[in-house]
Amino acid sequence: MSGIAGKIAVQAVQVAFVLALAPLLVGWVRKVKARLLRRRGPALVQPYRDLWRLLRKEAVVAEDASWLFRVAPYLVLAAIWGAAALVPTFATGLVFGRAADLIAIVGLLATARFFLALAGLDVGTSFGGLGASREMFIATLAEPAMLMIVFTVSLLAGTTQLDAVSQHLRSPEAGLHVALGLAFVGLVMVAVAENGRIPVDNPATHLELTMVHEAMVLEYSGRHLALIEAAAATKLLLYVSLLACVFAPWGIAGPGAGVGALALGAAVWAAKLAAGGAMLAVFETVVAKMRVFRVPQYLGAALMLGFLGTLLLFVSRSL
Amino acid sequence: MDAAMDTTWLQIAHLFPGGMVLVSFLLMYQDRMSGLINAFAVHALVLALAVAWQAFLQDAPHLYVTALLALVFKGIVIPVALRRIVEHLDVHRGIETVVSVGPTMLFGIGLVALSIVVMLPVTVTTDPLAREDLAFALSVVLLGLLMMVVRRNAVSQVVGFMSVENGLILAATGAKGMPLVVEISVAFSVLIAFIVIGMFLFRIRERFDTVDAQALDGFRGEQP
Repeated sequence: MSGIAGKIAVQAVQVAFVLALAPLLVGWVRKVKARLLRRRGPALVQPYRDLWRLLRKEAVVAEDASWLFRVAPYLVLAAIWGAAALVPTFATGLVFGRAADLIAIVGLLATARFFLALAGLDVGTSFGGLGASREMFIATLAEPAMLMIVFTVSLLAGTTQLDAVSQHLRSPEAGLHVALGLAFVGLVMVAVAENGRIPVDNPATHLELTMVHEAMVLEYSGRHLALIEAAAATKLLLYVSLLACVFAPWGIAGPGAGVGALALGAAVWAAKLAAGGAMLAVFETVVAKMRVFRVPQYLGAALMLGFLGTLLLFVSRSL
Repeated sequence: MDAAMDTTWLQIAHLFPGGMVLVSFLLMYQDRMSGLINAFAVHALVLALAVAWQAFLQDAPHLYVTALLALVFKGIVIPVALRRIVEHLDVHRGIETVVSVGPTMLFGIGLVALSIVVMLPVTVTTDPLAREDLAFALSVVLLGLLMMVVRRNAVSQVVGFMSVENGLILAATGAKGMPLVVEISVAFSVLIAFIVIGMFLFRIRERFDTVDAQALDGFRGEQP
């Protein structure tokens, strides 16, 4: 499949896939977690049912809410969906990949977080404000860490284009580098924090004092909540795909690959998602949630790993 | 083995010293005794893997003995003994640090940078990977020393001391190994040092009712 039409088709399939498969990944993580606790757990498709139910329900909006509160869910989903469309999942050579690089993905995620925090503050309830302030507190540490890791990977590949990074790391001359290991550990730590998973935040909690993300979106209902849930699921899928395409770039179809290679790439991607989700579930089962004030230490360690990786690369370049 | 495979194996050999630096940082990040001892066991395990991989690459069977010594003594015997000491001394809750974790980590990064800057110019003749390995070994040593400085609890200072020794063994194996006799005697002297330190800890505890090294300053007459 070559030519511009083929590229657009691949990109369109990717855009559809990242949104459509995201709830399935969330369902998979919940299922594995439940099985580890010897429960049967909800069906894999339960997140879809939840979204469908929320979409049909009436959206209750607080009296004091401004237009921002109603617009924010659309903006959040748009930014995260856009970012997810830029990550090579089953094929490289995406059309959108030319337009934006890794730093743009970080920027899109920051935009989504900014609007969500504003919406949390908008209604004026104490929990919304608390969640928003905590979210920004985590973000001020997670973003620099993420950027340092992006710099490490980019220095190694010589470009910030995610497409090219993935292709470079798959090529035989890339080899193994210590900085890559450091970046991997750091990015996993950032991904856990950014998606509000245990040990930073608990996605299933109903105790308001321990919530970060859930506290921020407490006032949302109906279709707004459905959009925010879909955005959160897409963000999880984005991070798993990002980890997969940078640190396990095998099996991704190259630019202009045939239908067979694309199908193989999709199958490998699904396997990577399943493995990533299962590892996340195991990790969440074995660790306990940490105190909010220990999060700076945790993310500081991720930042340190990014620093260390960049430092190593700078030094080994100057040999 | 062909050339491409050869470089991959060298790169894997290079990954282990990098992993040891990472675990050294992990040691510094721990603020509980049990976590610290587990991290130390991981440190020794990575050392054993690094040495065994070097033994395979250099085709030097005596390095396998070194790896086994590292695994058995530092990976199993010393952590188990430390755990028992900690239980006896009842200090397993938290670790008091002189400087908090964040600045310590930053200082540690500075030390890694320092050791790279120091090590690379003096080893120009060898190949790049071996040079970086030596730099990593020096950083493990310096990070162990840093850990002994920033921790107030005597047990975690012992862990810092042991990790310094791990760094030395790493450096020795990277430099085409050291004689087996020296290696074994070093391993046993560390074990004996550990026993002496362990007894010393109990003496300190008996005498001063604490293992916090800062409390000893008062007895030395430094603090009024």
